[in-house]
Amino acid sequence: MEEQHHPPAWAEQFVEWYCKPELVEDLTGDLNEFFERNLKTIGPRRAKLIYVIDAIKFFRPYTVRKPEFANLFINWIMIGSYFKTSGRGLMRNKLFSSINIAGLAISMSVGLLLISFLLDLRSYDRFNKNGERIYRITNDATIKGEQNGKFGTTSIKTGRLIDEKVTGVEEVAIMREGFSQDAQVGDHFLPLKGFWAESPVFKIFTFPMLEGNPETALREPYSVVLTETAAKKLFGDGAAVGKAVKFDSIDYQVTGIMKDIPFFSHIHFEALVSLSTAEQLNKADQDFQKWTNMWSNYVYVLLPQNVEISSIESQLRSIANEENKTDANTKIQLELLPLYNIVVGENLNRSMGSAGPHLPPVVLWILGGLALVVILSACFNYTNLSIARGTRRFKEVGLRKAIGAGNSQIKWQFLTEAFIISFAALFLSFFLFLFLRPQLINLAPELQRLVKLDLTPAMVIAFLVFSVAVGVIAGFMPAVFFSKTSAITALRNVSSVKVFKHITLRRALAVVQYTFTLIFITTTAIGYAQYKNILAFDLGFNTENVLNIDMQGNKPDAFLRELSEIPEVTATSRSMIVTSVGNAWGGNVKYKDSQDSALVLTNQVDENYLSLHGYKLLAGGNFVTHPATPDGVHEMIVNQQFLKRFNIGAGDPEKAIGEEISFSNFTVSRQKMKIVGVMQDFHYGKVDNVVGPVAFVPWTQADRAIINAKIQSKDVPATLAKIQSVWKKLDRTHPFQAEFYDKAIEDAYSEYSAMIKIIGFLSVIAISIASMGLFGMVVFTTETRLKEIGIRKVMGATSGNLIYLLSRGFLLLLSISALIALPVTYLFFEKYILTSFPYHTPVQIIETIAGLLVVLMIAFLMIGSQTMKAAGSNPVEVLRGE
Amino acid sequence: MKGTNLGEFEELVLLTVAALLEEAYSVAVCDELSEHTGRSVKLGVVHAVLNRLEEKGFVKSELGEATKTRGGKRKRFYQLTSAGRSALVQAKAMRDQLWDKIPSLTWNKA
Repeated sequence: MEEQHHPPAWAEQFVEWYCKPELVEDLTGDLNEFFERNLKTIGPRRAKLIYVIDAIKFFRPYTVRKPEFANLFINWIMIGSYFKTSGRGLMRNKLFSSINIAGLAISMSVGLLLISFLLDLRSYDRFNKNGERIYRITNDATIKGEQNGKFGTTSIKTGRLIDEKVTGVEEVAIMREGFSQDAQVGDHFLPLKGFWAESPVFKIFTFPMLEGNPETALREPYSVVLTETAAKKLFGDGAAVGKAVKFDSIDYQVTGIMKDIPFFSHIHFEALVSLSTAEQLNKADQDFQKWTNMWSNYVYVLLPQNVEISSIESQLRSIANEENKTDANTKIQLELLPLYNIVVGENLNRSMGSAGPHLPPVVLWILGGLALVVILSACFNYTNLSIARGTRRFKEVGLRKAIGAGNSQIKWQFLTEAFIISFAALFLSFFLFLFLRPQLINLAPELQRLVKLDLTPAMVIAFLVFSVAVGVIAGFMPAVFFSKTSAITALRNVSSVKVFKHITLRRALAVVQYTFTLIFITTTAIGYAQYKNILAFDLGFNTENVLNIDMQGNKPDAFLRELSEIPEVTATSRSMIVTSVGNAWGGNVKYKDSQDSALVLTNQVDENYLSLHGYKLLAGGNFVTHPATPDGVHEMIVNQQFLKRFNIGAGDPEKAIGEEISFSNFTVSRQKMKIVGVMQDFHYGKVDNVVGPVAFVPWTQADRAIINAKIQSKDVPATLAKIQSVWKKLDRTHPFQAEFYDKAIEDAYSEYSAMIKIIGFLSVIAISIASMGLFGMVVFTTETRLKEIGIRKVMGATSGNLIYLLSRGFLLLLSISALIALPVTYLFFEKYILTSFPYHTPVQIIETIAGLLVVLMIAFLMIGSQTMKAAGSNPVEVLRGE
Repeated sequence: MKGTNLGEFEELVLLTVAALLEEAYSVAVCDELSEHTGRSVKLGVVHAVLNRLEEKGFVKSELGEATKTRGGKRKRFYQLTSAGRSALVQAKAMRDQLWDKIPSLTWNKA
């Protein structure tokens, strides 16, 4: 068995490479002897490790061979010559060079964007000095036997228990989210967002304090630590520490000022309030400290160096098992999530609020895959054209070999050419990158928060490495191909050379290229059509010209009175949430069967809401009562699904009127409600949700308010300005927040529009690259076949014949690609993507074929123009030289 | 050629080469030294010292026969040169002189 282990070959080669020839045998022999000895005593793995270490340690002045200057000198001269001849070659074939450079530049700009994107994601949270030792607790919750998935949040109790019981944890910090109030200093208001936290936060994360003591700043209740910017906004340039800030009529003391949170942090806040404050405020809430109250607290731990993660994990398991005994319905498991895996990592529920930056790795793989396809496509072009052009360069290669060039020198010659092209392309693509960067970032607000794509030294290095890699990928095949041919075959009659063996390969590459191009463009077309369908989707009510104004905690009545003075506002209503854009609110409903309860999505609306939005009532009428508090609410308007779910009225909406159900939610419990109206089903959720039971209940003054204003105006911006000035009179603290319903719907699907734009952009790039490649091939074939064409013409072939002859091959390739790409894309959408949209319209033939038509048209244009030129050439001119 | 004086470790290596007679090659020297000094001696260091001694002319070396072990690589055997021998003798003589200077009386007292 021992015989099978060998020292690592690369380490041996390394020694042989650097070591003086007279020492090398003895030295490697020694290493081998030690290796064999170690193999017996400490096993193969460590023996190999020691071998490698020793091999590196032997790299000393006396062992290292002196560089052979003569060789280096020759190489240097040759490199100069490579550059010179490559440059000449590129200049001579301007068309091919520009096709290659342009194609590579376009595709590389995509690569550059991706690289900068990845580097930005990778730099998240790296500002933390102890980043590698920071972990966040993940809750894996099973509630009532139902797997609820993993949560980034956990309970306060978890944090406390870890602090008390788990050994081998350096620091534990609890951060409770949801602190969002208006800070008041004198007459000055400023909305602040932040966390309730304790002092370990400052030990775990690298959040430097500018003023105040990090140890004590978050100890006392009602103390607050502000970021530099927040402090400046509140107190101007004056001192802030020790001053009082009023939140919701309670005075808080500023106990510290900290530096602003770096952009690349997954945690963002403007203020930290001591956790003891939250404990004081929630004294009455018995659930506050409960193990199952796991919805809004984050627990971070700092582990010491060299700690065994498994030991911490097993301690966490035993804590969880102990605590799970206290609640019969909820089973929670605790897990550790490394800090660096938060932003790019598993999808978690409530991972750092809904706004926290997060990307599942799958998205990165997909984006990376798409970018790779585009880049490879451009590399294919290069490979393809270089080899095709090879027939003309065989003489050059033969001559070089004949006067003594080695294989490696030919290889270098061709690689240098590829490098020159790829560096030129890098140069161009960098400008493209600068141009595309803002477009990408502004695609979606999420992207603005996620990345900056600023140039960093690491990025520049990555770009250079990338362009070298592209050069190698593009130039490798031609280099190997040309270096392999022997001088004799190369110098012999060119036509007999085996270039044409590679024709199948080139065709296969072209088919692959066009298949991907077609997939891209068809995906864009179908995706765009579906997206438009979603936006134009009939939700079951009317959203046109409805402006939703968020009251942000203000009572709406005064504002409503002011609004009614504006003539362009034709109608107003109040509701609690805006539906159909992803918001949801709800409660449990029971009908006669007390065992059968179901979640019903609700919206609290006033009596004008239905008519303003044009909901269709099937039976019954509007709300009659105007209750002041949720306790007084006893009416309900339900949809058809509601009746179906509880089997009320046996299919007849009229019979359902007057039926009584019992309703519980956050504010009321087992409230008796009467069904006063039945409305047609509408889409409460987004279009990808199935329509379920929905109910409207009367809006009360205690509810959050959104004003829905129907606007009829020729000059919308002026009307908006009017409304805004009304708002400013009533609320000077909060900026006016209003959005047209249609715009809100558009925003709700912004991820799709961003996705379509990205794929659309990629498909434009893919088409241009593939077209350029095709163009190059067409030019090449027609040029080489010019004489054949001449002879055919002499023999009496018509132009039509010749065009058919020349374009036949390309059209065949294109149709193979189409036959692969179109069904694949169609099935991909029908079987995979659209299954998550229950109300989608089926994919139309026209969308599927549109892409193909565009590609075909471009291809025809190129093939046509070249073949026409060739077919139109005068045979006398062409054949004269023979 | 640089200085011909012997460092302490160089002297030890040189002595070991002398003691090992025909079997003096790097790994053997290394083992022997480890055994006698009781501390683990690194191969790299021995190698460097042997190389330096050869440069100074205290030892000469030649490659031996190929064997199955060591991955078929030959060993480099070292032999003391006359310069090496005299350097050792000189070093010993110097020490002896110094030892003789210590009166046995004072030694015992301490």
